[in-house]
Amino acid sequence: MTATVDAHGWVPVCDADWIRPGRGVCALVEGRAVAVFLVGDELFAIDDVDPCSGASVLSRGLVGTTEIDGSAVVYVASPLRKQRFDLRTGRCLDVAEVSVDVHPVTTVDGTIVVDPGV
Amino acid sequence: MAPHTSSHDRLRLVVVGNGMVGQHLLAALVDAGAAPDLDITVLGEEHRPAYDRVALSSLFDGRTAEDLSLVQPGFFEEHGITCRLGDPVTTIDRESRKVHTASGLVFAYDELVLATGSAPFVPPIEGGDAPGCHVYRTIDDLRGIEADAADPAVRTGVVVGGGLLGLEAANALRNLGLDTHVVEFAPRLMPVQLDEAGGAALRRHVEDLGVHVHTGRATTAIESADGRPVRLTFDGHEPLEAQIVVFSAGIRPRDAIAREAGLEVGPRGGVLVDGSLRSSDPTVSAIGECAAVEGRCHGLVAPGYRMARAVAARIAARATNAVAGPDQRFEEADPSTKLKLLGVDVATIGDIHAEPAEGERRHALVWEDPLRGVYQRVDVDDHGRVVAAVLVGDAQPWGELLARFRRAEPVEDPGALLRPPADPASGGGATIERSTPVCSCENVSAGALLDAISEGCGSVADLKGATRAGTGCGGCVPIIEQVVRFSEGAPAGAAPPLCAHFAHTRAELFEIVRVTGLATFTEIIEAHGVPGAAERQGAGCEVCKPTVASILSSLGGGHILDGEQGALQDTNDHFLANLQKDGTYSVVPRIPGGEITAEKLIVIGEVARDFGLYTKITGGQRIDLFGARVEQLPLIWTRLVDAGFESGHAYGKSLRTVKSCVGETWCRYGVADSTSMAILLEERYRGLRSPHKLKLAVSGCARECAEAQSKDVGVIATEKGWNLWVGGNGGMRPRHAELLAEDLDDETLVRYIDRFLMYYVRSADRLRRTASWIDGLDGGIDAVRRVVVDDALGLADQLEEMMASHVASYRCEWRETIEDPDRLARFVTYVNAPDTPDPRVQFVQERGQIRPARADEREQPVTIGGVR
Repeated sequence: MTATVDAHGWVPVCDADWIRPGRGVCALVEGRAVAVFLVGDELFAIDDVDPCSGASVLSRGLVGTTEIDGSAVVYVASPLRKQRFDLRTGRCLDVAEVSVDVHPVTTVDGTIVVDPGV
Repeated sequence: MAPHTSSHDRLRLVVVGNGMVGQHLLAALVDAGAAPDLDITVLGEEHRPAYDRVALSSLFDGRTAEDLSLVQPGFFEEHGITCRLGDPVTTIDRESRKVHTASGLVFAYDELVLATGSAPFVPPIEGGDAPGCHVYRTIDDLRGIEADAADPAVRTGVVVGGGLLGLEAANALRNLGLDTHVVEFAPRLMPVQLDEAGGAALRRHVEDLGVHVHTGRATTAIESADGRPVRLTFDGHEPLEAQIVVFSAGIRPRDAIAREAGLEVGPRGGVLVDGSLRSSDPTVSAIGECAAVEGRCHGLVAPGYRMARAVAARIAARATNAVAGPDQRFEEADPSTKLKLLGVDVATIGDIHAEPAEGERRHALVWEDPLRGVYQRVDVDDHGRVVAAVLVGDAQPWGELLARFRRAEPVEDPGALLRPPADPASGGGATIERSTPVCSCENVSAGALLDAISEGCGSVADLKGATRAGTGCGGCVPIIEQVVRFSEGAPAGAAPPLCAHFAHTRAELFEIVRVTGLATFTEIIEAHGVPGAAERQGAGCEVCKPTVASILSSLGGGHILDGEQGALQDTNDHFLANLQKDGTYSVVPRIPGGEITAEKLIVIGEVARDFGLYTKITGGQRIDLFGARVEQLPLIWTRLVDAGFESGHAYGKSLRTVKSCVGETWCRYGVADSTSMAILLEERYRGLRSPHKLKLAVSGCARECAEAQSKDVGVIATEKGWNLWVGGNGGMRPRHAELLAEDLDDETLVRYIDRFLMYYVRSADRLRRTASWIDGLDGGIDAVRRVVVDDALGLADQLEEMMASHVASYRCEWRETIEDPDRLARFVTYVNAPDTPDPRVQFVQERGQIRPARADEREQPVTIGGVR
């Protein structure tokens, strides 16, 4: 399997049942490392590179939830120094002004796909 | 010799005695900023500056005389204080205001403070002054006891006196390894402070520690032979064989020089002083145990400290011409106290023996738990006001009771203050009153601690430095910990919960999982998470998930990457390797005991060469291979497993290594085969998941080349067997291990380590090394010994069974991984491009090996994910 752009311009990642709930995988999306997570039944995709370290590791972090200003935030904690990143916005919860890009992600015919467009 | 002369500009203060209270006076003067205005001379009889007499028995439990010192090096010089030790004052010449010392020196004073303390009372028993009969007051006294006990013929020691000091002395004898007896004249231990049932509860604890207690017994004579005691005889009881006798039958104020100088003394001795601690000569004051304040002597350190502060305030005011304030009087406080005797909590409030006032009644509420050895009694009056209390075996309610007692306000349900603890829903104990006294030695309230916390103190150590709380007898340190936790938002008295998803501690969660047999995170958070935690999307977090994974693994939950468990592991456990700063991993094969064949060394060398890995020898006697990418890990491990290696678990909170020396096999000094024992232990405990990493070591002789005393479990060979040390660690806060048991045979050694490790795995909080876990146990190392050696809780069989089950179910995680294509398929960098390596991983050469490229060495600039 190699990374190719499908008819809609989305890049396939893996079979939808390959990804484990609460755990991430890393995909190569037009030369860019993207971390994809399945949390509950919702998919998230953010840059894999941890801006705090420069290493491509966020897909290997643990997913958690916390409450900020009364609403639930789903995040991944970097496995290197444990900075947390909001999976919906890419914003770092622990270091001001730091964030990662988020990418549209969905399932097409049983395959998880990411929009490389950002 | 000519009188000591000095500039008369400054007030001349002479302090006689440099014990705890005398030193407290000096510290209080320094704190008040009065030292520059005073010409201070301190004269002491002992050769040492002030030390912590309350903790004397710890000298035989690993602490040194330096540890006990209460005087910072350079204190006297820094504050211009003349200190002369080992030269007691012999005469006070009140007419010319001078004191004379034994060596003939003379010091003039404007203010004289006597802090000569007290002397042990030796009852007039026939033969009581023979060699081998000791008292228990100074470091030198303890050195004398230690020297006598070093004779192998000395096996049994008797303490005459079952009060507070007597039990401390008994602890010292016990720590010296003597068969220890306590003889008390009264019908119970600590007759002054405890009631009959409290004395009985304390007695059971003391006897459980192996100390023999004889109450209601008057010693009539001590018979000696060959220069040491042989037996004690009693009135109407069988005699007792013993080779050491320690008298601890009370204290008498040391008031001889005051008497000779014509100062008035109290009815039962002691320098008679008024509420401002002035004697019948207003230039002479007395503080501490030598003083009889309005006729009454005080034998504890806390009132002595208060006297020191009162006198310091008065003298500081005089030296600086300030106006006298109200803090210059000693206010007699109640004798409430909280102690730990031989590891047992004993606390009192008020006077349990006092008769109720005319027309009043007292009602005793009692809670007893004979299984745990807990006895708690609180006396209330008709209005429900606390008037006295005795707590033995569990003093947890003391702070709350004392606050109620001092406020003298009615309590609606005073029984609820005792165990069992109040229902948390009722709010009992959920707050800390600012007025609650925390440290009675240094007179620090909860409010003062909370203020210090708001000014930046974040730990018990910070608070000790800023407020001195906890630096006296140390009994309040657990309460200070509670105040710290309370300030962080936890309810008072609560252990810190794991995270926002579980209100339990790791230890509680471990028991829940063990008892219920729940086997998945989902089931556990549904049944035992905080309300709503399980329903949230992505329930759990990076704290509770790996903790639950570790608990499931400790309890034998199968391969850590299978099923839902795979999603709980942090990245190290997930890839069975150690993540490094650049996203690569390091690989550490197990090398049990640090012993490796040439063939295996060659394989490691070939693997490192073929995969281009950086190699380094670790401190745990094995070899770390750095720079492996995720997709290389299975290939590397296939080679290693084929050569007979297995996972070293360097990635887990689990057993790391058992370091060893070569032992008697090769070494000229070795007395046992330390390498074989190390290999046996490493192969027994390999793969054991624990609250934090575990390091072990085995040394073949007392030279200790394996550094076992810095390990969680350290084993040192002696001529008579193995000595077992526990609770050591290196790292940020190095800790020396403590001796748990001595002269063990192989089988007993392994059994004790089984119990110790499983007890730790079961009951320690997350990320606690063994040292801080032991510190947190009520009774410290003694509590561990009760469980591991004495099996006082009846847990030993269960702990051994759990370890046996771990040993039987051990499988090499790497072997099982490379044998399973499903598990192997996870080891890719890019799930949609498994053959593409991560371009960010770039190395340069240094000293013939790779290392990660620094930013300025990278081949192409790497953009870091958007910073908005």
